[in-house]
Amino acid sequence: MNKTVLLGALALCAFSFVARADDAPLRIGIEAAYPPFSMKTPEGEISGFDYDIGNALCEEMKIKCTWVVQEFDGMIPSLKVRKVDAVLSSMSITEDRLKSVDFSKKYYHTPGKFAMKAGNVINDPLVDLKGKRVGVQRSSTYDRFATQKLETAGVVVVRYSTQSEAFLDLVSGRLDATLADIIYTDESFIKTPLGQGYALVGPDINDPAFFGRGAGIAVRKGDKANADRLSAAIDAIRTNGKYEQVMTKYFTYDIYGQR
Amino acid sequence: MILDYNVIWENLPLYFGGALVTLKVLLISLFFGLMLAIPLALMRVSRSPLINFAAWLYTYVIRGTPMLVQLFLIYFGLAQFETVRQSVLWPYLSSATFCACLAFAINTGAYSAELLAGSLKSIPHGEIEAAKAMGMSRATLYRRILLPSALRRVLPQYSNEVLMMMQTTSLASIVTLVDITGAARTVSARYYLPFEAFITAAVFYLILTFILTRLFKLAERRWLAYQAPRKH
Amino acid sequence: MLHGYGSSILEGAWLTVNLALTSMALAIVLGLIGATLRLSPVKWLARSGEAYTTVIRGIPDLVLILLIFYGGQDLVNRIALALGSTDYIDINPFVAGVCTMGFIFGAYLSETFRGAFMAIPKGQIEAGLAYGMSNGQVFWRILVPQMVRFALPGFTNNWLVLTKSTALISVIGLQDMMFKAKSAADATHEPFTFFLAVAGLYLMLTSVSLLVLRFLGKHYSASIKAVEL
Repeated sequence: MNKTVLLGALALCAFSFVARADDAPLRIGIEAAYPPFSMKTPEGEISGFDYDIGNALCEEMKIKCTWVVQEFDGMIPSLKVRKVDAVLSSMSITEDRLKSVDFSKKYYHTPGKFAMKAGNVINDPLVDLKGKRVGVQRSSTYDRFATQKLETAGVVVVRYSTQSEAFLDLVSGRLDATLADIIYTDESFIKTPLGQGYALVGPDINDPAFFGRGAGIAVRKGDKANADRLSAAIDAIRTNGKYEQVMTKYFTYDIYGQR
Repeated sequence: MILDYNVIWENLPLYFGGALVTLKVLLISLFFGLMLAIPLALMRVSRSPLINFAAWLYTYVIRGTPMLVQLFLIYFGLAQFETVRQSVLWPYLSSATFCACLAFAINTGAYSAELLAGSLKSIPHGEIEAAKAMGMSRATLYRRILLPSALRRVLPQYSNEVLMMMQTTSLASIVTLVDITGAARTVSARYYLPFEAFITAAVFYLILTFILTRLFKLAERRWLAYQAPRKH
Repeated sequence: MLHGYGSSILEGAWLTVNLALTSMALAIVLGLIGATLRLSPVKWLARSGEAYTTVIRGIPDLVLILLIFYGGQDLVNRIALALGSTDYIDINPFVAGVCTMGFIFGAYLSETFRGAFMAIPKGQIEAGLAYGMSNGQVFWRILVPQMVRFALPGFTNNWLVLTKSTALISVIGLQDMMFKAKSAADATHEPFTFFLAVAGLYLMLTSVSLLVLRFLGKHYSASIKAVEL
């Protein structure tokens, strides 16, 4: 066969691959109450790092995506009942969660941190926080950590539906500390007028048993197709610069992490 | 097995603890609510338009807005203000239990006041006439005739209000209290088993409802004995 | 003053009203069925009607909402998986909210309707049957129109409770005005402002409802002389 025909056939194959792109929309669950990763603008539109990354991934995979706003503690149940096909909402990849769902590879990795009134020093949370009240978001990895490590050491753990409620109660003095993602705490609390006089305190909380390997996109157990194409898309936007574009829109430092 | 009850069995202590919280919040709210309702009801039957209007406005606003909004206003809303946080009330308002009980008491106070006012207004006129004929002063009239009579006759409707209040206490779980509903939400979030968790909560509430209904039947038998059908 | 969230909350208000009306429509249907069941001479029908109303009224609305929405979906999925199916019909939150509220208030309404049906003088039914009307005709032409007059006070109460209970649907993520107010409060850290605003909106809703239902009450009692004390 001559070269032209071979090249022509290859080109046709490439085209057909593109034409066969899956056009069933991917439904993605997002909390939209976790700035700067996901939030609502005053006009009611979704915005944030998670949202932008998700759109970039969908553009890369050449599929249509629809976003479904949900409460965080209803995310995995919704995934299981097929209300959504993926969850892209700063959900950490943990052993516990891997029992119920599968994950793509990580799209960022940041540790947890306590927020307390400035001037407090925490060397060992299990000792220094004994008897104190710590707020967490129900069902988050920080909730798991607090329940299994802090509560057993004598710390009073208070659970909220949203992280914002916990911050409100920290400022009003009902809590001594909150435990949440370091970026989220910094951007949406410490750096805002509400967080005046409060600081990130204590060691980085990143026990791999609880906080796993960063935040990933959750898909139903066994849904290898979606997990793989999402992971491939993450790699793609890391190499072609889209990831950096979105990241620098929200952060002045690297949040992808080395691990 | 489609349903996983082992998890529930292990977590029953959490539910029982929750039941105690539910009962505690219920009793405190009902007590202070009733203390609030009696003077309010008296204001509602007052002939002075100003006093009547003030009480009417209170019950109208409280009964016209959702309990959830009232609870959020007291728990999150008040805490927003620096002056509140520095005030003498703050040690109380910072407690979730206090805020929940306060909100519930204000709410049941309004509903109970309307029930009691209705009961006061529908007293058989003969009772009032007889009391006046005997030379009772207004205060004595209220103390010995009107209030006891009204309180008795409001018992059936008040029992309904108490049952509704018990269900309302489930909102306390939304402001961090671990009552029965709070226990269910914790279990549901921890094990991803919402169905078992909430069915168990439902069962707990049904049992409590049953017990309360029985107690009220006994109370009615005692205090409304004169209304029972003749035995012979 | 509302930091630009005003229009978002009003959108939520529209959804709230929509949700309340649709749920009430479903509740009326379920209420009529429930009342008919309870008044049925067939023992097991009466018992099942009683079970429906007793169980629903003995469980808090919040627990029912969480149970039906999260638990219900969870259970259906598990059954489907056990039966080997991989498909699932997606229910949108609004439909889920309407079904939940309708189901709950159907129970309350069936009590209201039952009391109202029982208040109609028995002679009406006898007269209707004497004229040769079928049971169905007696029900729709004689009983239901007269029942409305007796049911109105209870119905008004149920409607007001329903509109306020819609606030609880925000817990399952339906974006009614309570949800919108909470989002705004979370974003601006000013809960008092937004919850006060939304309280005002609910008050308007209940006030308008009271006026409308009072007007309806007068219309349906047109032939009845008010008792003079």
